Amino acid sequence: MSSEPLVQIRDLNFSYDSRAILSGINMVIPRGKIVAIMGLSGCGKTTTLRLVGGQLKPSSGAVRVAGQVVHELDNEGLYAMRRRMGMLFQFGALFTDMSVYDNVAFQMREHTDLPAEMIHDLVLMKLHAVGLRGAHDLMPAELSGGMARRVALARAIALDPLLIMYDEPFAGLDPISLSIVGELIRKLNDALGISSIVVTHDVQESLKIVDYVYFMAGGKIVAEGTAEDIRRSTEPFVHQFVWGEIDGPMNFHYPAAAYGKEMMEQPGKPRRWWA
Amino acid sequence: MTPADLLRQLGHRVTSRLWRLGFASRFLLMTLLYSGTALKRFQLTIREIYFTGVLSLIIILVSGLFVGMVLGLQGYDTLQRYGSSEALGILVALSLVRELGPVVAALLFASRAGSAITAEIGLMKATEQLSAMEMMAVNPIARVVAPRFWAGVISMPLLAALFSAMGVLGGWLVGVQLIGVDEGSFWSQMQAAVDFRQDIMNGVIKSCVFGVLVSWIAVFEGFDADPTAEGVSRATTRTVVTSSLAILAADFVLTAFMFRGI
Amino acid sequence: MNRAAIDLWVGLFVAIGLAALLFLALKVGNLSSTDVGETYAIQARFDNIGGLKVRAPVKSAGVVVGRVGEIRFDSENYVALVSMQIDKRYQFPRDTFATINTSGLLGEQYIGFEVGGDIEMLKAGEVMKKTQSAMVLEKLISQFMFDKAAEGEDKK
Repeated sequence: MSSEPLVQIRDLNFSYDSRAILSGINMVIPRGKIVAIMGLSGCGKTTTLRLVGGQLKPSSGAVRVAGQVVHELDNEGLYAMRRRMGMLFQFGALFTDMSVYDNVAFQMREHTDLPAEMIHDLVLMKLHAVGLRGAHDLMPAELSGGMARRVALARAIALDPLLIMYDEPFAGLDPISLSIVGELIRKLNDALGISSIVVTHDVQESLKIVDYVYFMAGGKIVAEGTAEDIRRSTEPFVHQFVWGEIDGPMNFHYPAAAYGKEMMEQPGKPRRWWA
Repeated sequence: MTPADLLRQLGHRVTSRLWRLGFASRFLLMTLLYSGTALKRFQLTIREIYFTGVLSLIIILVSGLFVGMVLGLQGYDTLQRYGSSEALGILVALSLVRELGPVVAALLFASRAGSAITAEIGLMKATEQLSAMEMMAVNPIARVVAPRFWAGVISMPLLAALFSAMGVLGGWLVGVQLIGVDEGSFWSQMQAAVDFRQDIMNGVIKSCVFGVLVSWIAVFEGFDADPTAEGVSRATTRTVVTSSLAILAADFVLTAFMFRGI
Repeated sequence: MNRAAIDLWVGLFVAIGLAALLFLALKVGNLSSTDVGETYAIQARFDNIGGLKVRAPVKSAGVVVGRVGEIRFDSENYVALVSMQIDKRYQFPRDTFATINTSGLLGEQYIGFEVGGDIEMLKAGEVMKKTQSAMVLEKLISQFMFDKAAEGEDKK
């Protein structure tokens, strides 16, 4: 049982209003590993996470988490499964009407009957793990971006999940917070024996910490491999992405009609009357 | 644009409105279905009563007082032409208890508390807090929506009663203390004419209905808001506009039912 | 804002809200005075009830003794059948005379009881024998004009 990977994604297709977002995704997230999903904005990375979390239903194919097919679970089963998952949202998504302490305590109060003293100890432990025990009285509005991300991380590990999903954990952080968060992801993964999925487009930082990488473009997986494989990859798209080159298969220009032809055309009607 | 296009546009508008109404009804049903948490862990609802009810107190009390005082002045001016200024008590009390109390209090409540509820839930959606809650296996309808809904439903009749009571006091202040209408006949005529069941209870029923309407619209618009700054601001406006219209329309229907035989 | 303070404020809010409701019920409305207590029903037929409404007062010697409960049209006799809820404390002789009066010239209409001399009292559900219909202003005026006109002709 334990040799079986925690998350298996098979032939996953997803379309929204008959617009295909994901097609034929196959992924494996082994236990105890950190797997990154990389790609440009809008390539379907976050959608993949939402499918794993059961917030969306696939058009075909399946996501298996710990042996259970996510989209076949009923509401209760889904909620039971989500208790064993943690998710870190792009900007933390802390509850703004609660203090840092209450944010971390939230799930313990909702899902367990632990006495208040034990919750107190657990919350301080989790906050200590992310280095913010001293900030437990602050409100989310008083935190910096990096601190908010770390509190959200403490909240995500509140119930000792099997799997943590990170949605753009590095977006909008200064270089120091970036390394702190990166290192925390690695350390928590190893110390708690959990598995992690990191959705990101921050190549350099994530390649330092992850075990395996899937590259996505246009709703498909275009490359995969270990961090070393990716760095050395000669695939033009991966090369362009990793080294941040402007020229390559991904165009700087949004698809458009021929430049000269469009310049000669009459100005069109404004899209909106006030424009 | 051809006539067919116009018709198609009209049809599209009607069907999309209907679709939205159906969606809102389903949402209300879900809210009622998941109200267990809000009622069992009543502390959650009490907190929201503080934000919707207690924080609306000032505006309700002050407006009630002024509305009552204006009624006193205007009513006296009209009544004394017919030599029946003692009936001022009846006029003030009946207009407040039957109509102005429930309706004006509900309108104020929609713009003070309803818009706040919509903005709060909309922003929670925009900042992915609702999504985060769902991923933590906590139903946002049970944890966020239902307590706010019930807080509104509980607060509204109390606020309307306070509005009416303050209004009667305002009318008394102007009529009796300022103008000098006889105090005895002010109160006794009022008591003779205002019936507990017909007038006061019907007013309370009205305000309960308005409480459900405003809270429902507020939580629905917040939950349904586009998760952007523009979307939340639009949803907030829609809450105030829709609930005001709903209050006035429902008031007409309820009045037609309640005071038919009199 | 901590939990105890919120609880206190909400408690205060609910208390003054209920107090306002009580104020409306007792001081503004008439919950404290009439219509509590038990009642019994008696009925009366009138040729014309004028503007009499449901819940209009029933008075005897100017004191409210009951209220109009229901007004129906009796399709057998083509008259109005009015049933009244009378306070249990008051009993009236069987030959009591029910009239429809108007308080003031244009005021609301009510039923007045003029007590007769019968030894037996009206029982619940009984129908009163002697009634007098509402005075319809138009009829009165036209009668007055007619009389005047007749007087004028006599003098000629």
